[in-house]
Amino acid sequence: MMVPLDPSDKLTSRRFIAEGDTVVVYERHDAMRAVAVRAGGVLQNRFGVFRHDDWIGCPFGSKVFSTGGGGVKGGGKGGKAGGGFVHLLAPTPELWTLVLSHRTQILYIADISLVVAYLELVPGCVVLESGTGSGSLTTSLARAVAPHGHVHTFDFHEQRAASAREDFEKNGLSSLITVNVRDIQGEGFPEEHHGAADAVFLDLPQPWLAIPSVGLMLKQDGVLCSFSPCIEQVQRACEAMRTHFTDIRTFEILLRTYEVRDGALKSATADEEATVGPLPQKRRKFTAPGENTDCTQKNSYVLVRPCSTARGHTGYLTFARRLVYDSQTES
Amino acid sequence: MSGPQQWRAGLVWNPAELRFSSRSSLRFSSCSSRPRSLSRRHSSARHSDLAIPSRPLGRRPALSSSPPATRSGRLPCPLSTGVLHLFHQRLLPRGRRSLHHHTGSSRAASVALPLPDPLTTGYPQVLVCQGYPQLAVAAPMDPPPPAVVIPREAWEGCSVLLDINDGDRLAFFRLTPGATVKIGNKTCSLQPLVGRPFGSVFCLSADGLVPCTAADAPSRDDSIRDGTNGQTLDETRDNRSLVDNNTAQNLSSDDIEAMKRDGATGDEIVEALIANSSTFGNKTVFSQEKYKLKKQKKYAPKVLLRRPSSRSICETYFKKNPARIGFMRVDTLSLLLSIANIGAYSDVLVVDMVGGLVVGAVAERLGGTGYVCSTYVGSVLSSIDIIRMFNLSSNMVSRIVQVPLSDLCSMQSPGNTPAVLNGGSEGEVGEPVIAPDESAQVSQAQPVDTAVSDEKAQLSIDQPTDMEVSEPSLVKDENPQLDCKGGDGNSNASKSTKSGKGPSPEKMQYWKEHGFSSLIVAAPGHEVESFVADLLPLLSYSAPFAIYHQYIEPLAKCMHSLQVSKQAIGLQLSEPWLREYQVLPSRTHPHMQMNAFGGYILSGIRLCDSGEVSYQ
Repeated sequence: MMVPLDPSDKLTSRRFIAEGDTVVVYERHDAMRAVAVRAGGVLQNRFGVFRHDDWIGCPFGSKVFSTGGGGVKGGGKGGKAGGGFVHLLAPTPELWTLVLSHRTQILYIADISLVVAYLELVPGCVVLESGTGSGSLTTSLARAVAPHGHVHTFDFHEQRAASAREDFEKNGLSSLITVNVRDIQGEGFPEEHHGAADAVFLDLPQPWLAIPSVGLMLKQDGVLCSFSPCIEQVQRACEAMRTHFTDIRTFEILLRTYEVRDGALKSATADEEATVGPLPQKRRKFTAPGENTDCTQKNSYVLVRPCSTARGHTGYLTFARRLVYDSQTES
Repeated sequence: MSGPQQWRAGLVWNPAELRFSSRSSLRFSSCSSRPRSLSRRHSSARHSDLAIPSRPLGRRPALSSSPPATRSGRLPCPLSTGVLHLFHQRLLPRGRRSLHHHTGSSRAASVALPLPDPLTTGYPQVLVCQGYPQLAVAAPMDPPPPAVVIPREAWEGCSVLLDINDGDRLAFFRLTPGATVKIGNKTCSLQPLVGRPFGSVFCLSADGLVPCTAADAPSRDDSIRDGTNGQTLDETRDNRSLVDNNTAQNLSSDDIEAMKRDGATGDEIVEALIANSSTFGNKTVFSQEKYKLKKQKKYAPKVLLRRPSSRSICETYFKKNPARIGFMRVDTLSLLLSIANIGAYSDVLVVDMVGGLVVGAVAERLGGTGYVCSTYVGSVLSSIDIIRMFNLSSNMVSRIVQVPLSDLCSMQSPGNTPAVLNGGSEGEVGEPVIAPDESAQVSQAQPVDTAVSDEKAQLSIDQPTDMEVSEPSLVKDENPQLDCKGGDGNSNASKSTKSGKGPSPEKMQYWKEHGFSSLIVAAPGHEVESFVADLLPLLSYSAPFAIYHQYIEPLAKCMHSLQVSKQAIGLQLSEPWLREYQVLPSRTHPHMQMNAFGGYILSGIRLCDSGEVSYQ
């Protein structure tokens, strides 16, 4: 269960993998996948063949080895006969974002965390979201409002909504999330949420069409967030917000990651060799220490530099607050 | 007076006979007139043991402004007398604390007591059920859903954030009866704010603060826009004829003073200034708006009532006193919370040397479930005073515990001295730095002010910039903090539901067996490697952690040692980059000023120690 609904399913109380659990199989820092554990199940990847039966009863966070034969390359350093290994992690919304199947463009952790913070979500809140997309943000919204709040998420794509519903079901989030099929741009949010939402999130191609409806749904001082990749969308959305919203602010957030390694630098005075291995280049980044054993040199620096590839743009996040009703013409 | 059975609604219990000792506990027998909520509440909390502390619990009532989705309510109730009073939420209009005016019936009136200052007395959580005599009370181990999720209106005694003139001045206040704010040379009572919705705008009148009407409540967003649509592209005016020789304004300061004496409103003065400016007409439309806004701030200040939340508190400190929170920007804080997987029922281990910002933000996300275990080095507790700015309910506050690092380390492996501990003697305990229920003093009425104003003449800035300065000194706790090292040696009496106290031995035992579900370290002045060496083993397997620092070197070193020791996986050293945009028709661009640095985060996931479970 990704988000505990009861003290008894809190993450710390169950630490052992059981049949039916979803585990995140960590192969490398850039290769993870979600696997549903079942008796007799088998996972085959570049590190070898892994039998689910070997996992059952292991604590989350364990390193497990392949059953031999497989893992020819990579991961072999761990040293057991079978060769390859992977780590089995308990799923969290953050890991889920990295392993979910992309049916649409998704939001990543930097945007997600800012959205949750700026929407001021706390347990018990009611949030409306459109569209559902692949459910990356939805999962984090559910965690934020659990155990007694609710996320009502809407997508006009029936199949996508069904897939998302399935995912939420698998992750034990059904009681927190209701997936609806509805064209929010065309029809607005349903009447039943009138004045009941603490926060609303829009990720729509034409958010301005939905904004009047958002004004009706939000409680006073409730927060709206609209995510758009293009500044023209932001421009129009902001225009639409000005009638019923205040404190309209637009942000862009990116995450700059750094790679850390050790190594020595040549001295300018002594023309000796002092290098320990080649400088960055193809070296692994900030990653997978479990696979890296060759880096314990004395008298060397810990070297840090930003990773050279990074996401350059995700989208603009526009936040706005519903004006308080009593200083407002109508609601 | 009639017994409880007669009360079908309203005040449902004759409290006279019921007294609690310090260790009283009640069995929770919740009930509700609504079957739907009944089942849910029962499932979660019906049989929880409820400890009634001998001391007041928290420091504020949570008041409802949400639709009556549930019939349970939390209301002020002094426990210091040892008597429990229960009220029905519906008897109280929003934002009201006193029952005096609202009871209506004589029966109700007979128990309508004047309530003490919420700052000096704590309130337990009280669940009220219509038509049932059995009532549930006070801080259950795992509470039912709170009646109030987000209070939408200010109530007397709550903490508020005042934003004066669009962020020129930001300051926290507590809405005590005597609280005032000084704006310009005018001292205004904050009483008009009580009962008003958060988000309301107030302007200054002769009688003090009055709510603005929609028309005269401009915000930074639309002020510049009005009337400029369509003119933006064919703007022909420019600044070629503008000369800065200080002669453009024909009104002298004496004239303005005279206008003020005659009772002119701020807006009238602004109009007069515009009318008497010889250059105003030649300015571009945008420039005219800027001029108007500038004068408005000076002569017609606006006060925006804001709700303190981790977002607004972090933003305010970051803007006004960033050193206090270790230069942690709001996006960095939110990343820490996300990465560490903070949600309901988490048991979060926290090192907070950023004034309590992290502890408060975590407590907010826990919503009265789980625990925040705030640990500190040696015998000196780190101050977590910032949690006072949050309007945490007593139940949320009760989820904050403080434990010396040495106790946690000895819990892990007895006899171990933590690597971080150099001088501090192991097991020594300190007095809690924060005890929220005692926090209320008259001095709270003083603004806890971070104001740093550009218009010194206009705004009172003689308040110290550090918000803690005017905080009350802390009252000593009569019970020394629980030393958990002894474990079973402690009685239940030391079980505390107050923040700043140690956790119960059972809780410590639970954490010892199960580990914490997340770790956040925010010790911007410390070397983090040894913290992590001590604390990582306390995490449950596969639990995420997030380490904050304002410098990259300590994190890089820490990350490297984790890479080598293989205690963790998914290690990432990152830095959020946040840019704000001005979005206006034809004038959209990033803000001219941006903050270039919000802190670094090292994150990862703890691995299983025994590590290798291999196939044979």
